[in-house]
Amino acid sequence: MTNISLREFHPFEAAGRRFLYLVPSAAVFALDDCSSAILDSLADGPRPVDDLTRELSARFDSVEVGDTIAELQRVRALGESSAKPTPLPKFIPLKPVPLQTLVVNVTNQCNLACTYCYEYGEDKIVDTENGKQPKFMSEETAREAVEFALRESRGNPHAHITFFGGETLMNFNVLKSTIAYARRRAAEAGKDIDFSLTTNATLLRPDIIEFLATERVGVTISIDGPEEMQDKFRVFSNGAGSYAMAAPKIKALLERHRSRPIGARVTLTRQTLDVRKIYRHLTEELGFWEVGFAPVTTAPGRDYAISDGGFDHLLAQFRDLAGDFLEAALQNRHHGFSNIRETLQELHHGHAKAYPCGAGIGLMGVSTDGNVALCHRFAGSDDHSLGNVRDGVSWDKQQDFLQSHHINNKTDCSTCWARPICAGGCYHEAHTRYGSTNRPNLHYCEWIRGWTHTCLEIYGEIAEKNPDFLRQFDDEEVPEKVS
Amino acid sequence: MKHLTPVNRKAALVKSVTAGENKDVVALQQGGPPQQPEPPHIPNGCSLVFSPGWEADRTGGTAGLCQPVERDLFDCHMGCFWPAQVPDQLNHAPDWTAKCAAAQKDWRKIDLIFPADEKKK
Repeated sequence: MTNISLREFHPFEAAGRRFLYLVPSAAVFALDDCSSAILDSLADGPRPVDDLTRELSARFDSVEVGDTIAELQRVRALGESSAKPTPLPKFIPLKPVPLQTLVVNVTNQCNLACTYCYEYGEDKIVDTENGKQPKFMSEETAREAVEFALRESRGNPHAHITFFGGETLMNFNVLKSTIAYARRRAAEAGKDIDFSLTTNATLLRPDIIEFLATERVGVTISIDGPEEMQDKFRVFSNGAGSYAMAAPKIKALLERHRSRPIGARVTLTRQTLDVRKIYRHLTEELGFWEVGFAPVTTAPGRDYAISDGGFDHLLAQFRDLAGDFLEAALQNRHHGFSNIRETLQELHHGHAKAYPCGAGIGLMGVSTDGNVALCHRFAGSDDHSLGNVRDGVSWDKQQDFLQSHHINNKTDCSTCWARPICAGGCYHEAHTRYGSTNRPNLHYCEWIRGWTHTCLEIYGEIAEKNPDFLRQFDDEEVPEKVS
Repeated sequence: MKHLTPVNRKAALVKSVTAGENKDVVALQQGGPPQQPEPPHIPNGCSLVFSPGWEADRTGGTAGLCQPVERDLFDCHMGCFWPAQVPDQLNHAPDWTAKCAAAQKDWRKIDLIFPADEKKK
């Protein structure tokens, strides 16, 4: 007699209904009574089909049980106990993948001196002070970066450039002329091109704001919240806080720049963990359209590092804010909590990631001297270089990278149900924590699982009560975050 | 699928991809269900489908039958394993059927291929 047993999935409940998040396919199915009963009966281990049918015969017709078992097997929620589950195939692209986003670090200088900064702070990878890279990218290198972005976008009709720093606006002149050059070259190549940048807002001036608005440059502002939180770490080199200088300029920008939604990007530390307060301040008082939060990237033991207990606290706060998002979603209102928005989008598509992000595939970072690395966080690091904007990148290196960083290599992740959406987490964070990009970020596993579970519940709730809300995610491509 | 409801897009994809997993062999026969297989159904080669035989064609009609054996020869060597049994038109005998524009009329012009012919080339 055939024994059947449960395969890999994560169950969750929403709106009084039971759901499965299947692993590794990332498909979400809603259960009915019969399928729920079958899964419950198998919770303690494998059983023969006959045995199971007999047990459930009081409640369900045997044909119905048989059909349901077949459906559960078909979606790989159940399997014959004797058959080993097939591992995720390891597909490595056979030829270069079109580049979607090129992050261009136009300077590695900054007018602030945030202690936690991954580029300047205690955990920096590249010597940005006395290193070999120029402090500012030259116009010539920036043009070469544009050519590289257009060339590497290959068959893709769109190209996207994100300007980054240091403080991006410290090299505004090069940024400005590069955008003009890129528009001309993209038109000649028959491609669309668009731009975005990240800035700390302290150097915004009326003419810069005007330029960003007319050129439709997407803007992300790094800001940590109300004055007392912003000024804890986001300080000038003399220790003075930057809020007083940044806030009025942000208001001026939001007032004028209406052509694209402007988002705030918050770094969360042990000392600044009041998510709801930060969110309210940034949306209600400053007027941001959306706010994204990221726990600080740090080696363990730093004063501002979020501890294990801190992650629990953070999760509770995220859940609160996610509750507000749900309420808004059910009433078709906008809510700017971008972390949940991004996760819902990924859940809606059912992305099953082999890699945590597009670094080294669809996204690359360029340092001020034109070196191309996995992403902007590694820009300038020889150990993580893929080539340079003049000579191009090495496909061999990219393939090696893809081979060695595939989720199948991360044995710690092989039993985790959240791996389709996490895939081990940020390479840079792993490098900072464990000294290697191919290590999974085991310090925040509980946090990822807790947060993904919350997002699944919210997804299920919306799918049951206001499914039309999810249509907005249907065609939208998941954009690559640059933070 | 009656007991599981696909919720996200991947679930819809899983549903459609696995739809054909437990299907039976179907005949190359037209007509209403259940004879008509669900699309996509792309029969390829006579050995992969149940062909009703030469008494009736695949539409169930007989109008196009009674063609000379050479018609079968073309039929088989284009879409079947049969190429092994006829000269290799891709590599060694590209002109083998050059003089045979219409098999019914010109079939006598199809000649045999001998190893000697290849040596001459």
